[in-house]
Amino acid sequence: MNNRQHIPFINKAINKDRSTLFKPSRREFLKLGSLATGGLLIGINLKCSGPSKDTETFAPNVYLSIGKDNTVTIVAHRSEMGTGIRTTLPMVLADELGADWKNVKIEQAVGDEEKYGDQNTDGSYSIRMFYDPMRKAGATARHMLLKAASKQWDVKVEECETKDGAVIHSSSGNQATFGELVEEASKLDLPSEGEIKFKPFAEYKLIGKDIPIYDLKAIVMGKATFGADVSLPDMLVAVIGRSPVVGASIKGFDKSKAMEIPGVKEVLQIDGSEGVAPGLDKPLPGVAVLATNTWAAIKGRDALEIDWDLGENQQFDSDGQLTEMLESTRGEGKTRRERGNFAPVNLMQGNSLDKTYLAPFYAHGTIEPPAAIANYADGKLELWAPTQHPQWAREAAATALDLPIENVKVNVTLLGGGFGRKSKPDFVVEAALLSKAMGKPVRVQWTREDDLHHDFYHSHSAQRIQASLDGSGKIYSWNHHTVFPAIGATSNPDELHPSDGEMGLGALDFPYDIPHIRLESHESKAHTRIGWLRSVSNIHHAFAICCMLDEMAEKRGIDPIAQVLELLGDDQTLSFEEEVSGDFGNYGEPYDKFPWETGRMKNVVRKVAEASGWQNAKREGKYIGFAAHKSFLTYVACTVTVEKDSKGNLIIPEVHYAVDCGIAVNTDRVRSQFEGGAQFALSLATSAITFKDGKVQENNFSEYKIIRMPQAPKKTHVHIIESQEKPTGVGEPPVPPFIPALCNALYQMTGKRIYELPIKV
Amino acid sequence: MAKINLNINGKTKEVDVDPNTPILWVLRDHLDLVGTKYGCGIAQCGACTVIMDGNAIRSCSTPVSSAEGAKITTIEGLSENGDHPVQKAWMEHDVPQCGYCQAGQVMSAVALLESNPNPSEEDIDNAMNGNICRCGTYLRIKKAIKTAANS
Ligand code: FES
Ligand code: FES
Repeated sequence: MNNRQHIPFINKAINKDRSTLFKPSRREFLKLGSLATGGLLIGINLKCSGPSKDTETFAPNVYLSIGKDNTVTIVAHRSEMGTGIRTTLPMVLADELGADWKNVKIEQAVGDEEKYGDQNTDGSYSIRMFYDPMRKAGATARHMLLKAASKQWDVKVEECETKDGAVIHSSSGNQATFGELVEEASKLDLPSEGEIKFKPFAEYKLIGKDIPIYDLKAIVMGKATFGADVSLPDMLVAVIGRSPVVGASIKGFDKSKAMEIPGVKEVLQIDGSEGVAPGLDKPLPGVAVLATNTWAAIKGRDALEIDWDLGENQQFDSDGQLTEMLESTRGEGKTRRERGNFAPVNLMQGNSLDKTYLAPFYAHGTIEPPAAIANYADGKLELWAPTQHPQWAREAAATALDLPIENVKVNVTLLGGGFGRKSKPDFVVEAALLSKAMGKPVRVQWTREDDLHHDFYHSHSAQRIQASLDGSGKIYSWNHHTVFPAIGATSNPDELHPSDGEMGLGALDFPYDIPHIRLESHESKAHTRIGWLRSVSNIHHAFAICCMLDEMAEKRGIDPIAQVLELLGDDQTLSFEEEVSGDFGNYGEPYDKFPWETGRMKNVVRKVAEASGWQNAKREGKYIGFAAHKSFLTYVACTVTVEKDSKGNLIIPEVHYAVDCGIAVNTDRVRSQFEGGAQFALSLATSAITFKDGKVQENNFSEYKIIRMPQAPKKTHVHIIESQEKPTGVGEPPVPPFIPALCNALYQMTGKRIYELPIKV
Repeated sequence: MAKINLNINGKTKEVDVDPNTPILWVLRDHLDLVGTKYGCGIAQCGACTVIMDGNAIRSCSTPVSSAEGAKITTIEGLSENGDHPVQKAWMEHDVPQCGYCQAGQVMSAVALLESNPNPSEEDIDNAMNGNICRCGTYLRIKKAIKTAANS
């Protein structure tokens, strides 16, 4: 093997713990410049923590420019993976500005932390974090245009307003387009903090409305650019045979058969990660076949013979670990939250239930498998990728190639789904390494099998909940045990308990008024790569908690919705601080700004009860289930009805969601996230990834089933609470309550409780 | 390798490829028609759907040799300006989320409506069963198909 065939992977850990990603702190800086063509240029810097003293050196960060031709160009610095964020954030700015939406052009930002702050499109926080800064940029530009116009017309600024891309002064009838004013405006000083005022909410024309996505037409015409659609001259396509078991290493390989395939140009080894904690940012060890076209690369990869030393994880069997994890919940774990007193005598008192809940591994199964394009030349690297986290991709590629970060540019394409998978830069690093080795542009193409076999999986989990009633039939104690391999264990094998961040996703923040609460976690090891998937540990926590609550309500002989309202108590702001042993997390937000408010949850619960006809549904013989779960600071309640058709297939005639996400910025995209979230959750409820001998058993969508049109809920009604509270995200919150609501409905139909996912229907 | 004549979107193209190459990769790699997407490679997801002689086919699992002499329409060939009734209905209902599956969905819907201009609920379910949308846009797809059928 010559040197060129051997790509060293520089192992520099990049610490991207999920919990730090949940903590976006912000600092905003307005910047001003003028366009070369004489337009107005305004930027805001959003630094994610860090020193502020070097603000002078920041490059002007363009969020917004207004040209003389009236075009308003807004930079989208978040990745578009289907939530609509690339449309919705610019729309906020445009509305505050008073732009004509038809004249707005959206440009996608490259990955650049200095310029754009945190670009990790993840954790449902884009809207939460950037709603105000986008408005501020819009209000700043508006103020300057108004000032320019008022000077020109010699009238008071307060008498002018912006409308549809123009400034108007109604009493004099004066009017000028933005384009006519930008030259003057760009000579003005930036307004002071006090001068920047937001419009009254009632004046918004886009915020709070149904606004179509910017890329709609391009998508239906097949013209939108996704990861693998980028093509460079002389580009090779790489398909890689990766370690079938995490922790495996390459003993040797025979490339002769692959090289015989017409179009195959080269076969190269990627050393990749080492050991059983492979990290979140490194490629797996593998052998890449580089060819002039994708088909040849796929055939070539299939023809490779790789001799693997499979390592210790070849013993790994997911069913076996589930049994062990379940067993561990019988003992005492590490206490993560405690309220009241858990002397054994309490648990004995009155009636009690003791139930366990199992949930499997999940793969993201984004419809677009990972793909990335790299072009390395003269010490510079340019990348194109469907990445949720272009900065991490940039850092990881720079590290892998030992390049200064300035020499790496990451272009972000549209993403054919992300769900957390495409935060990880492993596939981008593969492309970078191969392009450097070949001295040519390279596209790395993952096949569906690659994607399902080498994902960063949502952890499987075991949970046990023991709950007891007091003499009057109220819930007296609640002891929740949870165990699942932690995301952190993918980088650090000694992380045996879920982090505070993971515990804060639906477990630590259990909101109910029960006198004795204890939450315990137990140890487990990761034998594969664990990552985050749409709503993360909320998925299994909500499954266990909301199913158990339903069962407790039945035991108490009360309605599950009445019970939840009872357990939420009076309208109040909850406080968790004294009960939790670690960091409460709160999705990275200060608790006083985004507290847990029982009134808001009660409101969505009542709304969903009313809209779904909950009271009558059971009388009418409908099988209906309910669950409520707050995640990512958004309050959600859900009902699901089920039936069987004449062939015995499960039918879901109706789903109702009530959601309080504060201000619903783009109502159509809020609804679409919930419609899609129900379907995504239904796939989770009915499919699984399993491991035997350390290898994933599901190869393609033939085994890892995604629901199809006939299985989709027939109707999904989304009831959005009108609110002036700060906006919160909606990408993830639809998922957690759907699965338990479905399980609770199925119980109505079959009389059997569901304690294990996937549901067998 | 073999020279194969193709008729794609009304234009004749000659490609020199391994005749077993799936149509999908010929479109994407050799003809720069990247609107047709790869999702599974084994006729499970429908992302690669194109219309061949009036039928929706999975181009990932159809060798290019079988396309000789056939007429193929891809998403790019549906209309010049995005004004095919199915595309218009898709926009009216704001169907796409990430958008990746949508070219395949649109092509399946076009083929359905060409052979069955007034499909029942069940006809739609059957015709669209081969197209996965991981984002979950099925309900809007159904509405859009009904709108297109009525237009
Ligand atoms: S790529 Fe052809 S059906 Fe999935
Ligand atoms: S829109 Fe994303 S998979 Fe269908």
